[in-house]
Amino acid sequence: MQTHDAKRVEITIEAVMQKRLTDAIEAADVTGYTVLPVLGGSGRSGGWSREGQISRASGMVQVICIIRPEMVDALLDAAFAVVDRHIGVVSVCDCQVLRAERF
Amino acid sequence: MDDILSLAANNLVSPIILSFALGVLAALARSDLSIPEAVAKGMSIYLLFAIGFKGGVSVADHGIDGTLGLSLLAGIILSFALPLIAFGLLQFMSKLSRLDAAAVAAHYGSISIVTFVAATSVLESSGIASEGHMVAVAAAMEAPAILSALWLVSRGSSGQRMDNDLMREILLNGSIVLLIGAFFIGWATGPAGLAEIESFIVAPFKGVLCLFLLDMGLVAGRGLREGGGVMRPGLLAFGVLMPVIGSVFGLGAGLLLGLSTGGVVLMMVLSASASYIAVPAAMRVALPEAKPSIYLTLSLGVTFPFNLTIGIPLYLAVAQFATGG
Repeated sequence: MQTHDAKRVEITIEAVMQKRLTDAIEAADVTGYTVLPVLGGSGRSGGWSREGQISRASGMVQVICIIRPEMVDALLDAAFAVVDRHIGVVSVCDCQVLRAERF
Repeated sequence: MDDILSLAANNLVSPIILSFALGVLAALARSDLSIPEAVAKGMSIYLLFAIGFKGGVSVADHGIDGTLGLSLLAGIILSFALPLIAFGLLQFMSKLSRLDAAAVAAHYGSISIVTFVAATSVLESSGIASEGHMVAVAAAMEAPAILSALWLVSRGSSGQRMDNDLMREILLNGSIVLLIGAFFIGWATGPAGLAEIESFIVAPFKGVLCLFLLDMGLVAGRGLREGGGVMRPGLLAFGVLMPVIGSVFGLGAGLLLGLSTGGVVLMMVLSASASYIAVPAAMRVALPEAKPSIYLTLSLGVTFPFNLTIGIPLYLAVAQFATGG
C-alpha cells in the first residue's frame, strides 16, 4: 500500500496549559490534533499521578499532531512559545500516513 | 477553656474528621484505597451546589440587609491583604525565594471551600445559625489573593504574568460559577424550592461530605508522603500560624460588620483557610517556576488538617466568647 512521509509531534504538558497550546497550534494553521489524558509519570519535577488529583492543577495531558514535514518548524515555534516556562516534553518523530491529503 | 477542649474533642470524633483521618492514614500506609476521579468530581459538584443553594435559601428567608454588601467588601479586602501578611511572614520565617513565597501567599489569601463546608456542618450540628450570604463572600474571596501575589512578584521583575485568559479562568472557574449559580437559584426559589429538593441536598449532605473528606485525606496524605521532604520547621510553623493570624483578621471583620456568631465563625474560617484548587491552577499558569510541592503540601497537608481538626473548634469558641453567643 502507498504511504506518505509525515511528522508526529507529541507534546506532554500540564492540563492547565492545554487550551493555550491548542489555540497556539491552530494559530499556526495546524487544525488536526488529538488530546489524550495521561495517567501518571515521573520527571525532573518529580513523580505525579492522575489518581487523587483534586484539581487540574497537577494533571498532565498529551497533545499529538501528525503533520506534513514542511509544517514542523511553524508548529514547534508556536508550541515552544507556550511550553517554554512549563513542565513538559516535546518530541518529534517520523511516521507514515495513508491519506496524505488529510494532513 | 474546658468548653474549647470539649468542643475540640467532640469535633475530633465526628464522622467527618474521622473520615479525613482514615484517608490520611491509608495514604501514609500506602494503601491502594482510592476514590475514582469522576466520583470525587461528582461529590465536589454536589457539595458546592448544596452549600450554595442553602445559602441562597437562607438569604431569601431572612431578607437582604446592608451587611451583605459590606461582608462582600470585607471579604475582598481580606483576600487582597492576607497575602501581603503571609508574604512578610514567610520572608521572616522561611528561606523561600520571592517567587515561592508569593505563590504560597496567594493560597493563604484565597479560601478553602471544603473547610468552609465543614465549618457550616459543625455550625449546623451545634444549632448555630449563620448568614446565608457568607457563601457569596466565600466566592468573592477566591480570586483577589491571586492578583496580590502576582503584584508581589511583579515588583521584583518586569515580566507580564497576567493576561485576559487567565483573568477569565480565575473569575469564571467552575467552583465559583457553581457556588454563585446555586446561591442565586436558592435565593430565587426560596424555602419552597428547598422543600422540593430537600431530600437530595439536605439529608445526604453529611454522608457525601464524609466520603469527600476521605478522598481529601487520601490526597493530603499522599501530598505529605511525597512532598514532606520540602517542609522545613519554619514552613511548618507558618502553615499553622498563618491560619490563626488570618482568623484574627476575620474575627475583627466579622465583629465590625456585626455578624452573628455563626457568621463571625465563617468569616474567621474563610480568612484562616488556604486554597488548594483554584489558586494552584492559577499559579501553574502565571508562576510556573514556583514549586507546587511547597504550596500544595503547605495548604493541603498542613493548614487544611489543622483547620479541620483544631482550627474550626478554636474559631467557634473564640467567636462565641467575642460575641457572647
